[in-house]
Amino acid sequence: MAKTLLDKIWAAHVVKSIPGGGLDVFYIDRHLIHEVTSPQAFDEIEHRGLPLFRKEQIVATADHNVPTKNQHLPIEEPLSRFQVDKLTENCAKHNIELYGLGHENQGIVHVMGPELGLTQPGMTIVCGDSHTSTHGAFGAIAFGIGTSQVAQVMASQTLLLSKPKSMRITVEGEVKNGVTAKDIILYVISKLGTGGATGYFVEYAGSAFRALSMEGRMTVCNMSIEMGARGGMIAPDQTTFEYLKGRPFAPQGERWEQAVDYWSTLYTDEDATFDKEFFFDAQDIAPMITFGTNPGMGMAINEVIPTDVPASEVASYNKSLNYMGFQPGESLLGKEIQYVFIGSCTNSRIEDLRQVAKFVQGKRKAPHVEAIIVPGSKHVEKQAIEEGIDKVLAEAGFELREPGCSACLAMNEDKIPAGAYCVSTSNRNFEGRQGPGSRTLLASPLVAAITAVEGKIVDITQYLNESSGSRLGMTKQYEEAEQLL
Amino acid sequence: MEKFEVLQSTAVPLPIENIDTDQIIPARFLKATSREGFGENLFRDWRFDNAGQPKADFVMNTGRYSGQILVAGKNFGCGSSREHAAWAIYDAGFKVVISSFFADIFKGNALNNGLLPLQVSDEVLARLLGQIEEDPQTTLVVDLVKQELQVPAWEEKIPFEIDAYKKECLINGYDDIDYLVNQKDAIEQYEKSRPWAY
Repeated sequence: MAKTLLDKIWAAHVVKSIPGGGLDVFYIDRHLIHEVTSPQAFDEIEHRGLPLFRKEQIVATADHNVPTKNQHLPIEEPLSRFQVDKLTENCAKHNIELYGLGHENQGIVHVMGPELGLTQPGMTIVCGDSHTSTHGAFGAIAFGIGTSQVAQVMASQTLLLSKPKSMRITVEGEVKNGVTAKDIILYVISKLGTGGATGYFVEYAGSAFRALSMEGRMTVCNMSIEMGARGGMIAPDQTTFEYLKGRPFAPQGERWEQAVDYWSTLYTDEDATFDKEFFFDAQDIAPMITFGTNPGMGMAINEVIPTDVPASEVASYNKSLNYMGFQPGESLLGKEIQYVFIGSCTNSRIEDLRQVAKFVQGKRKAPHVEAIIVPGSKHVEKQAIEEGIDKVLAEAGFELREPGCSACLAMNEDKIPAGAYCVSTSNRNFEGRQGPGSRTLLASPLVAAITAVEGKIVDITQYLNESSGSRLGMTKQYEEAEQLL
Repeated sequence: MEKFEVLQSTAVPLPIENIDTDQIIPARFLKATSREGFGENLFRDWRFDNAGQPKADFVMNTGRYSGQILVAGKNFGCGSSREHAAWAIYDAGFKVVISSFFADIFKGNALNNGLLPLQVSDEVLARLLGQIEEDPQTTLVVDLVKQELQVPAWEEKIPFEIDAYKKECLINGYDDIDYLVNQKDAIEQYEKSRPWAY
């Protein structure tokens, strides 16, 4: 029978199916942990007297609750320091590989895993973080789990799961100038809504996704959870293999050849069927921005805030717009912005930084805007410095910080003040997400960079046409990116 | 995990859609390394002002509603996977959340903590919210054994779905971890038999 990519990888990881129900004992290849969602799991297995079943399949990093300044100094905030120290202590006690603060491999867990080659096609990967869907870009089943499940994987390397329904989202065609991976996924989420893929595992297919670099594919898969999907994946291809080859944890030598042979079997068979399918035309996608308090509330940057809302949703919709200080039918063009945040597991990789640097070179941010860029990892930071991106950013008035999740979720001191508007390359515009009372507008790094320079929302399509003929979108495969590592 | 069979309680209505886990428990309260105490910051920024004073108009502060059942708008628990959201709701005294739709990760987290996510249709949810708002003393009966929701003023009982295994776990207070650890032999066998291993 014809199989989907999900079917193939799922079947390869079923230890056993529980008779009479829809649940499988499902094997996990790679378990990534961080300081926020792991301490209670360590407590639980210790409390039950259980050993770690496969500790060599766990890799840890500190990212959510770390400062982005002076990482060489002890963390000032006592609770954060305690939480990060707890991770260090737990990893030492259980002999788990940890890339903590100061380690050359430290970074946001979903940036760190792929760049080290820990993420590979055909794998099952979990982490106590909903954006684990990022790793699906390599053709892996990757998804976020709760802390009870973190403990289950620690104790058994398995989870009890029912197989999700399957959804395919196909985008065909070439995107317009200025349209990036971020715009494609914001567009898709705006069409499906914030719960539109709940219960499903998504496969992204079609030429628009094929044309993306691995980093662009990660941006897409990263946001799968923002429409409720359990995860998102893209079948591995030459782009995937080229990205992985030579990375520290990628198979080497003969093992590499065997791996590529196996990975090449990981695609959806031609006549396989999905529980749900969506088709979009890449030409319909414009640079996007969100106007509300969930990622489904997005629109083309030059459109007006929709007024045609179903009666049952009007109350929640109005609550959301009221929080943002916007009106239905209003255009965001010309709206003054106080903060620009470029970072997060969605958009903090070297291509994102290069794109920002390319645009801001020789320009200056608007005086009233605070623009911060937080690289996704120590390796991204190092690469940015080697390429001179740090200098370009500094000259443009952007502040390059040290790696971490930062203002995406504002667990550390990087917060947007109440009432202020922030154009952010992160993944969530929930109320208070970037700090109590903060107002977030999600967008691509390109839109964020332009906003920082202009100090307000502008119609970037017009801007690109006027300013230069050069293609600034990053959906075309980047000229062979220098090896990151 | 505490056992759950039947619960009889009044309910607290929260008729807002897409309540994400950042609203349930904001990230800045996730610094604790134990599971306890999150209830005091449940719905923190809706419930308290910047000075930490209760906001008079929030449903948990009006004094009109109380109980161990939270009735919320559709797509409850979307966003972050933080299990702290389920801990916070449970710690604040709720044993059941009723909605017309739950986000996947939240649903799993709730079930792993003895908190029952009870899904009803949009129509039943709207009626239920109306009923509670009209009469805050409305006492609901959630019968997990029979998989039924009973509303005294209503003639019909509302059946609800739950995975048979998860139902057994809730009724007996079992965790998945107990089951999985007992599968060790099968898991080791699987590891040896894999055609491709990482």
